[in-house]
Amino acid sequence: MAAPDAPTADRSHGDPLEMPALCPGAMAASKPYPASPAMQTALGFPGQLVEDWHDKAIARLGELVNGSRALRVYLDSCVKCGACTDKCHYFLGTGDPKNMPVARQDLLRKVYRRHFTLAGRYVPWLVGAEDLTEAVLADWVSYFHQCSQCRRCSVFCPFGIDTAEISMAARDILDTIGLGQKYSNEIIGKVFKIGNNLGLPPKALKNTLESLEDDIEEDTGVRVELPLNREGADILLVTPSADFFASPHMEGLIGYAKVLHEAGVSWTFSSYASEAANFGMFIGSTDTMQKVALRIRKAAEDLKVKRLVFGECGHAWRVAYNFLNTLAGPLDFLDPAYPIPQHICEFTLDLIERGKLRLDKSKNDAIRLTFHDSCNVARASRMGDEPGGQFEIPRAVLRAVCNHYFDMAPETTREATLCCGGGGGLLTDELMDLRLKGAQPRMRALREVADEHGVTHMAAICAICKAQFSKVLPKYGFDMEGIVSVHQMVSNAIVLTGSKQAEELDAAHGVASTAS
Amino acid sequence: MSAYAFNGMQIAHDEEGYLTDIAEWTPELAELIAKSENIALTPEHWEVVNFLRDYYEEYQIAPAVRILMKEMTKKYGKEKGDQKYLYGLFPYGPAKQACKIAGLPKPTGCV
Repeated sequence: MAAPDAPTADRSHGDPLEMPALCPGAMAASKPYPASPAMQTALGFPGQLVEDWHDKAIARLGELVNGSRALRVYLDSCVKCGACTDKCHYFLGTGDPKNMPVARQDLLRKVYRRHFTLAGRYVPWLVGAEDLTEAVLADWVSYFHQCSQCRRCSVFCPFGIDTAEISMAARDILDTIGLGQKYSNEIIGKVFKIGNNLGLPPKALKNTLESLEDDIEEDTGVRVELPLNREGADILLVTPSADFFASPHMEGLIGYAKVLHEAGVSWTFSSYASEAANFGMFIGSTDTMQKVALRIRKAAEDLKVKRLVFGECGHAWRVAYNFLNTLAGPLDFLDPAYPIPQHICEFTLDLIERGKLRLDKSKNDAIRLTFHDSCNVARASRMGDEPGGQFEIPRAVLRAVCNHYFDMAPETTREATLCCGGGGGLLTDELMDLRLKGAQPRMRALREVADEHGVTHMAAICAICKAQFSKVLPKYGFDMEGIVSVHQMVSNAIVLTGSKQAEELDAAHGVASTAS
Repeated sequence: MSAYAFNGMQIAHDEEGYLTDIAEWTPELAELIAKSENIALTPEHWEVVNFLRDYYEEYQIAPAVRILMKEMTKKYGKEKGDQKYLYGLFPYGPAKQACKIAGLPKPTGCV
């Protein structure tokens, strides 16, 4: 296995979807750190591998297939047609045949067949049924943490088998027998204890927001508020806590604040629900997902808001768009005149289309831009009122604020988009080798538009994508600051009413300054 | 659990080298942690480490990278309030690697 820092120059050029040479077992040693007993028990899971792990695992598998018709159909209906084999970015990047989606599914399917189908019980050798051995369990830990639950394979499966659901089920079983993953479970514990993935206490959050208010004022001359826990505000903005910490996430956060300021609406963050992300989904735990989602409902009720808007976070939008009502509904105390919930890109595009934002696109003229569709937004949800809104709305925002926009190859965008390589609970340092290799198809697609159109930057609307790309871009010969937030681009171009930029623009156009 | 061998003591750390008990940190231990990260601490490194520790004491978390850059600019000038300068000092990132050396918990989440 190549060292995480191995040069990837040979990886960075070529057909993004090129079929790799097969390397059986290449990634067998890749696995996440185990969750500590304290992290496990905080979520209600056993602290370590239970003694009767085999029987517990089979019993849990039985509960899952009985509780989800979809999961049973996914496990029953594969005909081994091969359509999915070359669709996973981790397979394309590693060549390990167990990263073919069908092979990943089969890790669970063979055990399901052994225990839950007639043929598998009596003639297992005829139907590919196998016992759950220690070796199979080790494969589960390894290869179900080499799936970012991005669903690209399911788009190409004639039956629509969703490997993400199978990975989630497998991780649920692993948690149930005491083999949780450190990265996700530690983070979920922090959400319960502190309110966000980062572990950012309210005092620090307040200080961070005030610091940003100072930055914006220094830059524009306008005091744009970033309010926290303001009761009676119209809008609760829920955003990934990475927006309060990392770059380029925070530059996007500044963009949201400027847009909301110009819209003239009253809005607030909540310190109790200072996290849009919901890692309960990554570990396949509906109970956990619900507990996290209920925090957002409680914050909305406590602050007496009328609207719920989500910031740039891929899987948060999936949970919010698809499941929020099921997990934490009915949200009938919110104003039905607005989408429940609404994506910040929808909010911004609406203002742009109504001519409510003054934009100076030339401020982004040094940037030649492309857009990375984040998997959970692209394939697992929608945005706006039209089919495909999740593809067109962010692009429309970007085109409105930037003169030089170029799409990557169509087989790598929109519903066929490639995962960044760090989604689904894999954005952790011990999986860096996997993350680098899994990013290869996207990096090659980016290289194509960089060579052809001189593209310098790539925008995304997911905190994971942003963090992952800022780490992997340099390994593929790009600048680490080549990844930007969509609302960072908006922030660059927006001309705040009464700002220095507005005065300069007016002067340039020979218009008398109107600082009202 | 692994540990740093230091002054005849065993100071426990997690899989990635972050201290299990942040109260066990000392400047001398920081030199040892840095060495295990292939970094020889210079006065420039200490400017960052000391700021992180002061911020943590006040807020119980490391500062956002942007805040770190702003404070570095204020205290030491514009060329030190730069992301690339900070990555030059701490190649694995000013947030994670500098926190490890400063004895602070690892920032978690989508960062």
